Amino acid sequence: MATIVWNWSFDGWMIVHAILCALSCSLVGNFLVLRGTSLLGDAISHSILPGLALAFWFTGSRSGPEMFLAALAAAVVTVFLIEGLRNATRMDQGAAMGVVFTALFALGIVLIVQVADHVDLDPNCVLYGSLELTPLDRWDIGGWLIPKAAVTLGVTLLLNGLFVGLFYKELLLTTFDSAFADSVGFSSRLVHYLLMILVAFTAVASFESVGSVLVIAMLVVPTSAALLITDRLGAVIGWSAGLAALAAGLGHVSAVVVPTWWGYGSTLTSGMMAVAAGGLLLLCGLFGPRRGLLVRWWQQRLFAAQVAADDVLAYLFRLGEQSPRDPATLAQIGHALPLSSRSLHRAVKRLCRTGELDGDESGYRLSAAGRRRAQDLVRSHRLWELYLVEQAQIAPSRIHDKAEAWEHVTDQTLRARLDQATSDSKLDPHGSAIPPEASERETDPPR
Amino acid sequence: MVSDSPKTEPDANPSPPLPHWPLRVWDLTVAYQQTPVLWDVAFDVPPASLVAVVGPNGAGKSTLLKAIMDLTPRTSGEIQVFGQPFSRQRRRVGYVPQRESVDWDFPVSVLDVVLMGLYREIGWCWPIRKHHQARALEALNQVGIADLAHRQISHLSGGQQQRTFLARALVQQADLYLMDEPFAAVDAATESAIVQQLGQMKQAGKTCVVIHHDLQTVPEYFDHVLLLNMRVVASGPVAQVFTSENLQKTYGGRLTLLEEVTTALRRREKTL
Amino acid sequence: MSLDCGWAIQGLAELGPVAEISGALWRLLTLADYNTRVVILGTALLGCAAGVVGSFTLLRKRALVGDAISHAMLPGLGLAYLLALAMGIEERSWSWLLLGATASSLVGTAAILGMRRWLRISEDAAFGIVLSTFFGAGVALLGVIQSLPSGHAAGLEGLLYGQAASLTWSDMGLIAGAAAAALVVSLLLFKELTLLCFDQQYLSTQGYSLSGLDGILMALVVMIAITGMQAVGLILVIALLIVPAAAARFWTQQIQRQVIIAAGLGAAGCFGGSVISALVPDLPAGAVIILVCTGLFLLSATFGYRQGVLWRLWRRQDWQQALARQHLLRGIYERLEVRTPGEIARAGAEASVTVEELLSLRSWNRRTVERVIERSQRAGLVTRIDGRVWLSKTGWLAARRLVHQHRLWELYLITHADVALQQVDRLADDIEHVLEPAVIEELEEILQQRGALIAECPHRSPESV
Repeated sequence: MATIVWNWSFDGWMIVHAILCALSCSLVGNFLVLRGTSLLGDAISHSILPGLALAFWFTGSRSGPEMFLAALAAAVVTVFLIEGLRNATRMDQGAAMGVVFTALFALGIVLIVQVADHVDLDPNCVLYGSLELTPLDRWDIGGWLIPKAAVTLGVTLLLNGLFVGLFYKELLLTTFDSAFADSVGFSSRLVHYLLMILVAFTAVASFESVGSVLVIAMLVVPTSAALLITDRLGAVIGWSAGLAALAAGLGHVSAVVVPTWWGYGSTLTSGMMAVAAGGLLLLCGLFGPRRGLLVRWWQQRLFAAQVAADDVLAYLFRLGEQSPRDPATLAQIGHALPLSSRSLHRAVKRLCRTGELDGDESGYRLSAAGRRRAQDLVRSHRLWELYLVEQAQIAPSRIHDKAEAWEHVTDQTLRARLDQATSDSKLDPHGSAIPPEASERETDPPR
Repeated sequence: MVSDSPKTEPDANPSPPLPHWPLRVWDLTVAYQQTPVLWDVAFDVPPASLVAVVGPNGAGKSTLLKAIMDLTPRTSGEIQVFGQPFSRQRRRVGYVPQRESVDWDFPVSVLDVVLMGLYREIGWCWPIRKHHQARALEALNQVGIADLAHRQISHLSGGQQQRTFLARALVQQADLYLMDEPFAAVDAATESAIVQQLGQMKQAGKTCVVIHHDLQTVPEYFDHVLLLNMRVVASGPVAQVFTSENLQKTYGGRLTLLEEVTTALRRREKTL
Repeated sequence: MSLDCGWAIQGLAELGPVAEISGALWRLLTLADYNTRVVILGTALLGCAAGVVGSFTLLRKRALVGDAISHAMLPGLGLAYLLALAMGIEERSWSWLLLGATASSLVGTAAILGMRRWLRISEDAAFGIVLSTFFGAGVALLGVIQSLPSGHAAGLEGLLYGQAASLTWSDMGLIAGAAAAALVVSLLLFKELTLLCFDQQYLSTQGYSLSGLDGILMALVVMIAITGMQAVGLILVIALLIVPAAAARFWTQQIQRQVIIAAGLGAAGCFGGSVISALVPDLPAGAVIILVCTGLFLLSATFGYRQGVLWRLWRRQDWQQALARQHLLRGIYERLEVRTPGEIARAGAEASVTVEELLSLRSWNRRTVERVIERSQRAGLVTRIDGRVWLSKTGWLAARRLVHQHRLWELYLITHADVALQQVDRLADDIEHVLEPAVIEELEEILQQRGALIAECPHRSPESV
């Protein structure tokens, strides 16, 4: 069995670096996602290859400022090529991105094969980076041995924070409504280029220390997850930063721990961080209050249950209008309503529990409280029918379904407004009497 | 003001009669890919007027507004806003884009959208202050949706979205407003709210150029009309372009009105 | 059986003389060698299929779906490798690895479709999410493999960058089979896929399953990605799905032609790339194939008929010049038309106008006017004498005709305001070819009522001076 190896001065720094990178990526990533250019990080991660190869060709060293500058230059060239191609040919954004980055990547591979004869330059180091090595390369700053990556990533984060802080308004405006932005004099193109160049800078600065996987993931995933949780841009930025940092921490822990479950040693941290981010997104997708699947499923279930109960009550009310005081059997109700027997059983059981239905297997009838609720429902239904015929001039044959759907969401105030909007007719278009408001007449609260 | 050729006004003198007319357009031609969208369009907008721009689909109405604001390159022609090119008078122009032009799922609140109208005044990089928010709320109040200020925009109805845009234009405190179909698919309450706002703006001496799709309501809502169909079919005060005789016929159909109007115009030309 | 196709590289590296190289080229082009034949024909077929499938993803505005899907193959490769190791299967077995890659890219595809449908995450974000998380998982798995004492990811690395040169006959059989299958499926579903790209709402009202068709299209992409991965590598196969299709867009706007041209360009790019990489030493085949495809793309973007950049620039300039000339001729004509006898007396020269007069007609500047006059003079439409501009005989006829056309168009726009505007081509010389005869007759009648054009030039023309 492999054992878990954890060393705070080592793993701690790795987590710090990953969090710094994740924060700066998620900051600019918010706007990338909202602008529909999520894949820019991926494009840049591939397209800097020729820059690296050329720098290597000329300097012969694998690190140093030349490499960084060359990669940055290649990334900025990528941004301008994509935009230039779009403007010149009016191509789809995705297609322009795809053409540019694959072409540059292919060029990079050809160049690397040419220079690789002399020295070993592994294209993989560009793609994978190595967060594992960052704590080793340290700078002496005022007596403290600080990893180089902490400094560069910290500066990058600071820059990104400054940019988003200073240009928050402009980013928001040009992302939301670029035509309006241009009309009031905020050049959407200028803001776009600034943002793209900053993304390029962030990506390149991060590739050098932590590798590309983390960057690509942190540009897209935290924001997408945050959008499932909240619907305010400020909150999206906050949530995405939090989720990004959380994913970085969780990713590192799981990179150390998870492989040991199967008896393997620890694995590459950056990959697991991307996976952790994906996992968080999945959680937000399931439980997020805004679009969470489970939340929505639960709400739908509740609503369906309410509709079923409403239908039972309204049916009994209508039945009571024809033959008062006759109880209805379950079979009778089930025959009249388009409900599955399971949901019918459940609805009746619940109504008995809340005291809105009296009776047993042999027959059910409305209690006083149930009658009030049913009366309001039927009132809503018939008022809507009247309204649709009178105000919207819809043929009486087509109104029932609409009224049937709307009666469940019509409250007392809406009924009052409907009552005002319609004529004083006491009958609905089908000739049934519109019952008076129940809750006005009887003031005792339901049990 | 007649359709025929734009420069046949008696004095073919380029200097405008009133240097501060809100909007003057000469010979405006705009083409997308060799297909003309606007063709020798020329018209003037008098101060403190409500101008309806009416025309069939694809008549170049939206393009006209975009061309006025330099959002679309023009093939030829000249445009003056208060006697100067648009770029110099930007702050005096307010724009209400089409509702469909933005993503209403965007994570901002109604107040955020309205505040955008103040961004220019606030300037690059400066933050939004309390008094800006107060002004935005005031504008929301004017259009009657102050209670929705903190709601996310995807929860708005079509009419409320339009009112949000209108409020954003109001806080700009511009002198010339260009509105792209503010009445499209809105409820009756919103429609009358917008009309009321337009009236107040006119009272305050502001000028609104509004793309409108419903000919029937033109005489009721506007005092000037520009019938556009790739070129200016007719333009002028509603009372002249829509004669009372025509108005009666108007209610028969929509687009036949364009024909009615032009026959009326032709008659008028003969009597001149 | 592993037939090493690197012979060309090794062999040619030692060859110096031109004659021998051209001999080798000849052997290559005629596909005389069995191995070369396999590689070149196989990649060409792949390029062809990728062009077809790519056309649909491009038109569906999902050009980068290949990017997401190809990255999503990585964890499958890693898992298959680890499983093979654990179960004692020969771990480098291609088919086993490909099975893993297929499975995980299908999971990625499902994730994309699911996120689109249930979480309403935008398309590009869904691609980015699947791409990065799957790729991250793949990287983590490769990390595990690399840390194993027995294992190293060397076998997998080949997949990242492609290894066309070392493809075997059975690999090629697989590639060709899959490419052919993708081709057949996309041709059989041509109608449905076209509708999917064009109008998905209509599609679903017609009773087709939107997600079903989307799933089929994505499965085709998976097929291309899997097979292409062997030939050009995990990442460059994305290019095969995008570049030929995007290049074809510059030649046509018709989907049938788009698909055919994209297939042709894809095949040509792959063919050219494999030939070059076989001829020149030290060139990785995958990258060269993509660079050749990109070259074809740039050619198409520049010279493409109707949609290419040069064509559009040329058309625009042409259009603007024609427009300016029309403005000039019409301006002179209309100026002469309204000239009063008093003016004629003052002007002294009846059939001519000054540049100043022209300047006042429109909002154009002197330079423009001077340029137009010069060009029209070269075309024999006007002459300039003593600062005055005269219409020549042909110029006069052209101007009259133009004014007539112009007024007809104008009337048409006014009287038929509700009719489709697409019909209006103001530069079309013959309104008769565009509009119905009955309409023209009606317009002519109105025009007559308004006052006829000047029948012929009532003034002295420069020819008679």
